[in-house]
Amino acid sequence: MIPGSTAVAIPQREPVSKGPRKNLLDFADWSSEEVIRLFETADVMAQVLTRTIKKVPALQGFSVGLLFFENSTRTRLSFERAARAQSADVMNFASGGSSMSKGESLKDTLRTLDAMQADLYVVRHHASGVPHQLSRWTDAVVVNAGDGRRAHPTQALLDAYTFRNSFPGFDGFAGKKLTIVGDIAHSRVARSNAELWTMLGGEVVLCGPATLLPPELAELPGVKLNARLDEAIEGAHAIMALRLQLERMRPGLLPSAAEYAARYQITERIVAGAHPDAVVMHPGPMNRDLEIEGRLADSPRALVEKQVANGVPVRMAVLYSLLVGKR
Amino acid sequence: MRTAIRNARLVDGLGEHGKGDLYLKDGRIEGVDLGGEVDEEYDVAGHLVTPAFIDLHAHLREPGQEVKEDLESGLGAAVAGGFGTVVSMANTSPVIDEPGLVSQLVEKAQGLGLARLRPAAALSHGLAGQRLTDFAALRQAGAVMITDDGIPVNDGHLMRRACEYAAELGLVIQTHSEEPSLRGDGVMNEGPVSQRLGLPGNPVAAEAVMVYRDCELALLTGCRVHIAHVSSRRALQVIESFKAAGAPVTAEVTPHHLTLTDDCLTSFDPVYKVAPPLRTGDDVAALREGLAGGLVDTVGTDHAPHTRAEKERDMLEAPFGIANLEVAFPLLYTRLVGEGVLSLPTLLERLQGGPARVMGWEPPTLEPGKPADLTVIDLRSELPVEPGTFRTKAKFTPWDGQLLTGWPVHTFIGGRKVFER
Repeated sequence: MIPGSTAVAIPQREPVSKGPRKNLLDFADWSSEEVIRLFETADVMAQVLTRTIKKVPALQGFSVGLLFFENSTRTRLSFERAARAQSADVMNFASGGSSMSKGESLKDTLRTLDAMQADLYVVRHHASGVPHQLSRWTDAVVVNAGDGRRAHPTQALLDAYTFRNSFPGFDGFAGKKLTIVGDIAHSRVARSNAELWTMLGGEVVLCGPATLLPPELAELPGVKLNARLDEAIEGAHAIMALRLQLERMRPGLLPSAAEYAARYQITERIVAGAHPDAVVMHPGPMNRDLEIEGRLADSPRALVEKQVANGVPVRMAVLYSLLVGKR
Repeated sequence: MRTAIRNARLVDGLGEHGKGDLYLKDGRIEGVDLGGEVDEEYDVAGHLVTPAFIDLHAHLREPGQEVKEDLESGLGAAVAGGFGTVVSMANTSPVIDEPGLVSQLVEKAQGLGLARLRPAAALSHGLAGQRLTDFAALRQAGAVMITDDGIPVNDGHLMRRACEYAAELGLVIQTHSEEPSLRGDGVMNEGPVSQRLGLPGNPVAAEAVMVYRDCELALLTGCRVHIAHVSSRRALQVIESFKAAGAPVTAEVTPHHLTLTDDCLTSFDPVYKVAPPLRTGDDVAALREGLAGGLVDTVGTDHAPHTRAEKERDMLEAPFGIANLEVAFPLLYTRLVGEGVLSLPTLLERLQGGPARVMGWEPPTLEPGKPADLTVIDLRSELPVEPGTFRTKAKFTPWDGQLLTGWPVHTFIGGRKVFER
């Protein structure tokens, strides 16, 4: 036993091959109970990270492949930290370009990596659906670390976890309103947060200019759309500003960044219309004074740094839960 | 050479002609129950015998993309699907924009002795949408249709001049009607499903506005404009209004747009990635109504073979297209006739007389003197779709493993048997 690892009991490894494999592609096949258990596991992992030696042997002998087909620093580092803190072996695969640009199909790329016997893949890709595709082609567990505009489930988990931990005596998500503001059309963070938050019993309002707010998203259960920021934010318990992904936008979606800021920037004045205890979140990286007022981002209401910090224990909990027989 | 096809159930676009022995002589239909000496005979035991189908829309990939398909595999797939005549698209590499390329294709196909090839030629050089090709010379070399299919003709002026020129020559212009700036980078139908899946959408409006332009140009120029692969109710409504106004437009639907919806994309399987995209159940219903009622003139397969590796890419990178020649009839028979959407004679008409009329050709029938291009179909046996047995090089299909009835069992071209299942 590693010194210092006795304070928290970590269950021992069970064979991953027993029982049906569970992935984290989105939340379609997850239940709210499973997510709550995951948060409880993350609480344990957060304690691990406060120790002198921030490492436990829970995933010793497991191999985690980090397949980042799209550039990422924060998410990749967060997963790598989460895997290494549990003594898993980590294989990094980074591809700046696409599989096609190298003349190899996605399936062939995976076959090559599969030959190295990973137990779990963490996958990020610029195209929606790639983690789903890969999960059909491998026996390993697949965790979606962001696919196209589709889903970013671990970001949603860490956002909800951060919200949960921000209120002493937190009594659940029921009746809690999350307002997400910005480029909803291109945001996997918005989609995953809407999916998770409503599954946990909360309400979600999506807000942004009409060009970035597809009306069809109102068909998602428990989700409302409102292009008027003051109305959308009324009584909200959490306000999430999204980064304007100017690099992904076709021309014509926004007249100008200045007009966007004037109409949709989250400011202290705007937040005054929310719930008195409302918190402000941002998945980062932030464009200060564009989507969020700089001084608000630095205020105690803003949870941005906590979101980043919570990424590690939440991802530790995800890896642990999926690899160590939590079925 | 005289052949008897015995115990046939004889059906063509003119209707049912009972059962009997069909006699073929020197490549043509001689008559029914004539008796007398024959050189060869086939007992088809009550199977359907009908004129081989005409497909106005197939990508055979030769020259240049033989790794996906070539004339032999593509025309082999055609006869295996009961098709006797195939119009091949011009988006090959090089593009079919020179008369020499057309005549090479025609000569090579004749040598193969499979389905009859009637090539389409490009509307613009290199499909670049800049400069018209030499329609008259291309027609003389054997091209029967002018089209940039695969790439919409964005320049309205060029399209107008193409229509004027083709009208004078009596050539059909086939359109790929999707307005490029509205289609954008869409890989599936724009709607609730695309928003849920986070995939870039291609709106119905992109098709409808371009169909409107192309129909308007047909009306203006008198050119016969054939709207390929119509996918949406809105586009059909536009076509309906222009047909009513007397515009010489015709319409085609594909087997996949008649049987699949955008919900299929939920699997993130690029086998369902097609252009124009699979639409909603309401659009499918409209296409089916249009086909049954005659607003839609024909089914074109839009046979678009790709390699397996290409289709094993992600949804953004995988190419558009499904290889349809071999499953088209059993699929449509099972789904549309089987579900009471169409009668068998109507389905046959849309695959025989319909495409012939679009092109201004004589509709194929079983009347004496007509070419003996025939397909024999077993309407009773139920078989799974097995891509491994396909003649096309594209060994994947959305219907893999599904049980379908109505498989062609023999195909005759010019009285000669060229396919047997």
